[in-house]
Amino acid sequence: MSQPGLNVSAIREDFPILQQLVHGKPLIYLDSTATSQKPEPVIRAMDEYYRKFNANVHRGVYYLAEEATALYEGARKKVQKFINAKSYREVIYTRNATEALNLVAYTWGRENIHAGDEIVTTLLEHHSNIVPWQMLAKEKGATLKFVEVDEQGQLLPEQIESLITEKTKLVAVTMMSNVAGTITPLKQIIDRAHSLGARVLVDGAQGVPHMPVDVQALDCDFLAFSGHKMLAPFIGILYGKRALLEAMPPFLGGGDMIREVYRDRSSWNDLPYKFEAGTPAIAEGVGMGAAIDYLSVLGMENVRAHEHALITYALNKFKQLDGVRVLGPQDPANRGGVIAFDIEGTHPHDVAQIFDREGLCVRAGHHCAMPLHEQYGLAATTRASFYIYNVPAEVDRLVETIGKVQKIFKAS
Amino acid sequence: MKMDELYRELILDHYQHPHNHGEIPDADISAEDANPLCGDKIRIDIKVKDNIVADVKFNGKGCAISQASASMLTDELIGKSLDEIKKIDKDFITQMLGISLGPSRIKCALLPLKVVKSGIYGINTWPDEEDE
Repeated sequence: MSQPGLNVSAIREDFPILQQLVHGKPLIYLDSTATSQKPEPVIRAMDEYYRKFNANVHRGVYYLAEEATALYEGARKKVQKFINAKSYREVIYTRNATEALNLVAYTWGRENIHAGDEIVTTLLEHHSNIVPWQMLAKEKGATLKFVEVDEQGQLLPEQIESLITEKTKLVAVTMMSNVAGTITPLKQIIDRAHSLGARVLVDGAQGVPHMPVDVQALDCDFLAFSGHKMLAPFIGILYGKRALLEAMPPFLGGGDMIREVYRDRSSWNDLPYKFEAGTPAIAEGVGMGAAIDYLSVLGMENVRAHEHALITYALNKFKQLDGVRVLGPQDPANRGGVIAFDIEGTHPHDVAQIFDREGLCVRAGHHCAMPLHEQYGLAATTRASFYIYNVPAEVDRLVETIGKVQKIFKAS
Repeated sequence: MKMDELYRELILDHYQHPHNHGEIPDADISAEDANPLCGDKIRIDIKVKDNIVADVKFNGKGCAISQASASMLTDELIGKSLDEIKKIDKDFITQMLGISLGPSRIKCALLPLKVVKSGIYGINTWPDEEDE
């Protein structure tokens, strides 16, 4: 099989963690949906930061502090360019995508959601894009509605139209399901929401690492994503349209987010610092910059094409298996590089255990998407997911190991 | 830059004996801002006649660089039209002070100009930062 645009054997050499045996077998990492591995340039950037530049950012007058600030703020501008935000002031560092989503709920949400309002989300969401809205709806007396899915895990188009109404204040929707792999019709959803005056928050945790994203073309109001799923360390990003961010109250209070503090009042710093209280994860920010450099050299079109080829290959292989149910769209055009499945007569925890003995890292459970599993009538699934370093031979090993699982469970 | 160049006589003289220090009670334009990096604060009052700065006074507390910059900038403003003031930029300030400053200290030098521009034009961005 051809690998459009990516030199995967060269890429694999950049990932030290992949060069090892586990239980005497070559490590096969198929859990990038949970977190990606980190290439040498990212590890080196963080190591170098600690060896040569470590200091707190933003207020130091000395050499180290100025270098640390330049690296950390330089990385922010790389993020800005990567998602094509208009201004670096629209790029806020957070702890992870979950914190980015909660930031919007606690600040924009508390100001703008009132009793009787509706928030629309979908059945494809990760819990982090459901629970904050449940909490907010409960606090405000608002209603949370779900766009349902068909049997292939695709959002029902007629519900996108019928559930987003004049009552809707916010639509919170994923770019790509972390279980079904479904790539959602964001343009349709955003156009519909904006035509009725609703704001749209996109959960890009599974989208931004895997495909080109242009926030200006997409016209989303907010975009949350995490660095650690895109080769970077554990850090998150919230993008928001500037006018919205300017009007929002701060999130956490503390140092760096203020302009002036008096006994009885404070005033706020400029964007994006208004939303960044306290000492941030500086080395992680620097690592994020290195990860974006790495992905930019590969090209996000090429990343998407590579994963599209892998999922196409995997779906064809899985079709030939008996007793294995695959979730999500059958058409790889509407799907990212994730494949969640259920092997008849087995529990995913047992499956993942057997996979581990073969050196394969897959995830077992509800993958923080209980409502979707409930819809499918499943408590849990086994999930394999692909990234830039995976190859078709690893899909072959995945399929072979499913055969081993079936053999073990048939014999007993 | 050596220390004796950074804190050269001209800077220290303006710091210790600032020009145009004080307030204008019936000012046409007043503005105040702080540097969130260090808490330095500057207020500027401007009296305008026929679109020309007739008088200007500043008040505030801060480091030698910010106070000297305010003192020298206010000297420059008197007699200038509001349109001319709009053109004053970061390079003008560093040439006026005759020193080069790193990314953290440049804010000290630019705070007075930022306050002037926010008062006259409502421009609230730092003169050394792009806004995008």
